Amino acid sequence: MPQTFPQNKGSVLDIVNLTMNFGGLRAIDAVNLHVKQWEIVALIGPNGAGKTTIFNCITGLYKPTAGDIFIQPPGRKRKRVTGMKIHKITKRGMARTFQNIRIFSNMTALENVMIGRHCRTKAGVWEAVLKNKRTRKEEKDIVSQSYNILAKVGLTQAVNELAKNLPYGAQRRLEIARAMATEPFLLLLDEPAAGMNPYETKELDELILRIREEERISILMIEHDMKLVMSVSDRIYVMDYGEKIAEGSPSEIRENHVVIKAYLGEEFDA
Amino acid sequence: MRKIKELRQSLLISVWFMFLTFPIMVIRVNTIDNIIEWRWMNMIYVGLGSFVFSFIWRYLLSKKQSGAKLLKADKPAYLLPMQRIFANPWMQMSALFFIAVFAVIFPFVFSSYQINIMTTALMYVVLGLGLNIVVGQAGLLNLGYAAFYAVGAYSYALLNYHFGIGFWTALPIGAALAALFGIILGLPVLRLRGDYLAIVTLGFGEIVRLVLENWNEFSFGPSGISNIPRPGFFGIELNFEQVSAYLYFLVIGICLLAIFVIRRLQNSRIGRAWIAMREDEVACQSMGIDMTRAKLTALALSSMWAGLVGVIFAAKTTFINPASFTFLESAMILSIIVIGGMGTILGVIVGAFLLILLPEYLRALSDYRMLAFGAAIVLMMIFRPQGIVTVSRRTYQFSDENHAPDISTK
Ligand SMILES: Nc1ncnc2c1ncn2[C@@H]1O[C@H](COP(=O)(O)OP(=O)(O)OP(=O)(O)O)[C@@H](O)[C@H]1O
Ligand SMILES: [Mg+2]
Repeated sequence: MPQTFPQNKGSVLDIVNLTMNFGGLRAIDAVNLHVKQWEIVALIGPNGAGKTTIFNCITGLYKPTAGDIFIQPPGRKRKRVTGMKIHKITKRGMARTFQNIRIFSNMTALENVMIGRHCRTKAGVWEAVLKNKRTRKEEKDIVSQSYNILAKVGLTQAVNELAKNLPYGAQRRLEIARAMATEPFLLLLDEPAAGMNPYETKELDELILRIREEERISILMIEHDMKLVMSVSDRIYVMDYGEKIAEGSPSEIRENHVVIKAYLGEEFDA
Repeated sequence: MRKIKELRQSLLISVWFMFLTFPIMVIRVNTIDNIIEWRWMNMIYVGLGSFVFSFIWRYLLSKKQSGAKLLKADKPAYLLPMQRIFANPWMQMSALFFIAVFAVIFPFVFSSYQINIMTTALMYVVLGLGLNIVVGQAGLLNLGYAAFYAVGAYSYALLNYHFGIGFWTALPIGAALAALFGIILGLPVLRLRGDYLAIVTLGFGEIVRLVLENWNEFSFGPSGISNIPRPGFFGIELNFEQVSAYLYFLVIGICLLAIFVIRRLQNSRIGRAWIAMREDEVACQSMGIDMTRAKLTALALSSMWAGLVGVIFAAKTTFINPASFTFLESAMILSIIVIGGMGTILGVIVGAFLLILLPEYLRALSDYRMLAFGAAIVLMMIFRPQGIVTVSRRTYQFSDENHAPDISTK
């Protein structure tokens, strides 16, 4: 079980009083959230609760109305990243997948992952034109590293396949591979099991645990599939109407009345 | 039943065309004798012509539809016979060899008129390749490309006029200035995409032209700048014919350089970033690509080629004025890449030769040049919207042999 993993290593992500308004709508209301090293944390809640909006604030797509986001990559200094540019946040070590798949459809699976290597490689215009030894080696490394990552998510069969021709489940895994290629310390997965069949979800379960094991990274995951959430998470945050309504271990959340009420709504009251 | 229906349709079309063209094709007022000539024969020609054409048109359309069905069935895209032959590497090598030999002996065999036309066509190849970087690869529609061409041409003309700077010094300066202008244009339009970007670049192109036209003290207005020196050849004076050949080889050199550089860029980390940017801007940034930088790099590298060719243009014609850098010029270069096949180097080359050489050799049709041009583009968009040369983008093909050792290490 996840608990066997070394815990309490100190947090890598701290979200403090995060608030996000869209015009008059408050999508997130003073949410506090943190993720520790090597931890798998799930963020759950009914539709429209503001989960994806939190991801968008963390990764720089939205500038939060108020609040702060701090990161502390293992072995590095604590840093405030609120409102930083998207690509800089990725470079600092947080990579994400999207709720509505956003792969590069007309690129092959391998090329998709190669894009993920962009922020960890250097070759500029000059290097591209001159193509000296160093650049050739860098290109070769990009390819073999990308291939290795594809192998980790089990997509080597599709290596030269255009991403748009892949089945849905494979596209989701390709997005995870692409995010991993950026060498994150924290992987943010937005509904990775959405649209997957039970068998694929089972595989995803194993994949997530294996990524944590092998890459020694933390994972923050939004997910509606409760079976998956309960089986992989160390801790769970529950949101409703932009507010955090509960947090705790899977067993605590399962028992929590507020959570049950939020999920079952009026039906529960009746 | 269907046959009769088609006949009736074609008949209707021909009657409609006869009616439409009646005033210009049939009636002619002879103002000298004050009589009206009725040229009924013309009407018959129009009628017969449109009748036949409507059949051809329908045949092509039905062919296109069956083609679309084929595509849906996931058949490989239809390739030109030429392309199929060139799939063979041996054919490729011998064709390249033949082209190289032809290109080298060309100026010694043909008249300087022919050489000049060929030089112009080659200049457009470079312009097309340059514009293709932003339009075909980075997916940013630029309708003001002629502005950068103008920057190159005017930087040589003015630097030479004021400071007597020679061609070879002006060449890199013109390219650098054009690249700088690319960045200056890029900064305010970074957030724009698609139609909006097209409109802004169109405006930018017009602004540059209007400034050149009206700022007399700077650019000598519509009368332009003349007596621009031709490029020197190690201090030797060349006669007119020698200069043509010299420029021809120079442009060939730049063409080869452009093909080399652009191919390298396409298959590089930066080329990949451009494609990713074209595919999905949000995902691209989330993967750690600095989009601002990628866009500005594309704009600068693209404009640079226009600047380079601009300097050569000024040296070739020895006279420039703003009339050479109108929107029509930008549209022409854009047509080259659209007709040739967006995003492919071979397509741009084919497009440039077709669009520049055909009108030159079909002088008889020169009155109808723009008409034929428009018709050609409309037909292209209907029957072959992907361009004459369609190669699906070359993707990186992973093969186990190349990388087996690396895989086993992990
Ligand atoms: N860009 C935006 N502009 C305006 N409103 C937005 C925007 N993005 C999200 N919202 C609103 O914020 C609220 C939270 O949306 P969010 O996408 O974060 O929900 P979610 O928890 O991810 O839901 P789901 O489970 O359906 O994905 C919703 O009411 C949504 O309409
Ligand atoms: Mg969501």
